Amino acid sequence: MKALRWHGKQDIRCDEVPDPAIEHPRDAIVKVTSCAICGSDLHLYDGFMPGMESGDIMGHEFMGEVVEVGAENKKLKVGDRVVVPFTICCGECDQCRRGYFSVCERSNRNKSVADKVFGHSPAGLFGYTHLTGGYPGGQAEFVRVPFADVAPVKVPDGLTDEQVLFLGDIFPTGWQAAVQCDIQPTDTVAIWGAGPVGQFCVRSAVLLGARQVICIDRVPERLEMARAGGAVTIDFENESVVERLNELTHGKGPEKCIDAVGLEAHATGSLDSLYDRAKQAVMLETDRPHVLREMMYVCRPAGILSVPGVYGGVLDKIPFGMVMNKGLTIRTGQTHVNRWTDDLLRRIAEGEINPSFVITHRAKLEDGPALYKTFRDKQDGCIKVVLQP
Amino acid sequence: MLDMTRRSPRPETASGLARGLGWFSIALGLAELVAPRAITRSLGLRGQEGLVQAYGVREIATGIGLLGTRQPAPWLWGRVGGDVLDLATLAAAGGSRRQREARGIAMAAVLGITVLDVLCAATLSGTPGRATSRGGMSTPRSYGYGGRRGFRDLPERMRGAARDARIPEDMRIPKLLRPYGN
Repeated sequence: MKALRWHGKQDIRCDEVPDPAIEHPRDAIVKVTSCAICGSDLHLYDGFMPGMESGDIMGHEFMGEVVEVGAENKKLKVGDRVVVPFTICCGECDQCRRGYFSVCERSNRNKSVADKVFGHSPAGLFGYTHLTGGYPGGQAEFVRVPFADVAPVKVPDGLTDEQVLFLGDIFPTGWQAAVQCDIQPTDTVAIWGAGPVGQFCVRSAVLLGARQVICIDRVPERLEMARAGGAVTIDFENESVVERLNELTHGKGPEKCIDAVGLEAHATGSLDSLYDRAKQAVMLETDRPHVLREMMYVCRPAGILSVPGVYGGVLDKIPFGMVMNKGLTIRTGQTHVNRWTDDLLRRIAEGEINPSFVITHRAKLEDGPALYKTFRDKQDGCIKVVLQP
Repeated sequence: MLDMTRRSPRPETASGLARGLGWFSIALGLAELVAPRAITRSLGLRGQEGLVQAYGVREIATGIGLLGTRQPAPWLWGRVGGDVLDLATLAAAGGSRRQREARGIAMAAVLGITVLDVLCAATLSGTPGRATSRGGMSTPRSYGYGGRRGFRDLPERMRGAARDARIPEDMRIPKLLRPYGN
């Protein structure tokens, strides 16, 4: 089969690889009909995440048709159309039973390594480093889905791939980011980053009833899309984020702040971002936490910082004194996808939201390597790429 | 004259080379900063220790710039400017025959590095960049995303449409910590 494989920094290739096979009776094999390049794939592409090996198959946002099921899998049958959440979960461990699927205690097959690095291991993820299991990802023609009797979401007839594909990651990720802000009708929610996750944060915050939603970025077309979803926008290259946020909140600051940027923050010109660039360049810091610092500074006291943006390692000069003295709450983590999928699928089916609004590029799997670069460089108006194997 | 179109490295090779030059800059800069006396003594530049240290700071800054950016071309052209300064400083110095010989070797080395800098900078100057609101390297244009609201109705009419969502207690502010009257 064909698959997009990581061969090193900024080196993704479409290769011919062996087809996957059932390895456990709970497995299923899914023939991928649509997959997407996620913003967090770019952290792998740019070489910021440790634990990748040459030849790893990329991709954790995919859906398709079940073509084979293991003997003990009572949930799926051949022919089912499924969206596969990016977090792999067993459904039986203590964390899964509590709904914390992204920290499943059994699905990371490299748990001992992750235990050493993180203290305790999170769940296994598709196509996202050997620290989270080294599972082959979904930017391929076929995928083996472990614990396939738990997470895959069956798709009802009548809904297209493009309507439901993002249930596997970015829609629930934006939704959880907004949900964990505990949005009140009087709240201003500020969202850093108008990439795909940021776009879903905007729409989730609107649906959950925030009085005002503000989105911060510098790419004109992304800001335009955020405005279409109901956000007031701030272009951080042309305006002071802190001044504008204070202006829009009568000097009080937003009650809720969401970091939909993560470890590769660009903040041209600010002193702290130059500092991060310098330290990252000489490998003294892994991540660039400009957004976290800005959120901590500008958030209204007793507010909430929600962090769906991916961070990978160690961060420097985090003003934790601000967090403590202002009594801020930080909520973060990979998304507990299955906690939200039933509700979100219903909202899609009822037409409340159509997630396909975010797709800007559609292509064949073979075009994936070039589109990684297009997406990374934000060229050609690229916001979300969907590939069809 | 150098034929850039024929001899320039491929962009991927040039990117790798730019990183290499970045590390080289930092190493050279550190040497100039930490051991200026040894350098001035061997090259016949005695009394110019302060200048050598300033060049060291320049090299380190350029190196960090090169390693920390996705658009290294301006930093590489900055290196070329630095190379010219280095060559001028070396050419203007006096000293013994042995020191002049050492300077000759140093100038040859700087010239070699200058050629690399120019080739690399020329190759990467043609590499397209990202469209930004200020123009950047690509011309920004409208992509017409203004109609992509994603909702079935206008956002102002969709505000609060999901207030029926059951927010799990573990993702809410704990009841005991909620503001009065809430």
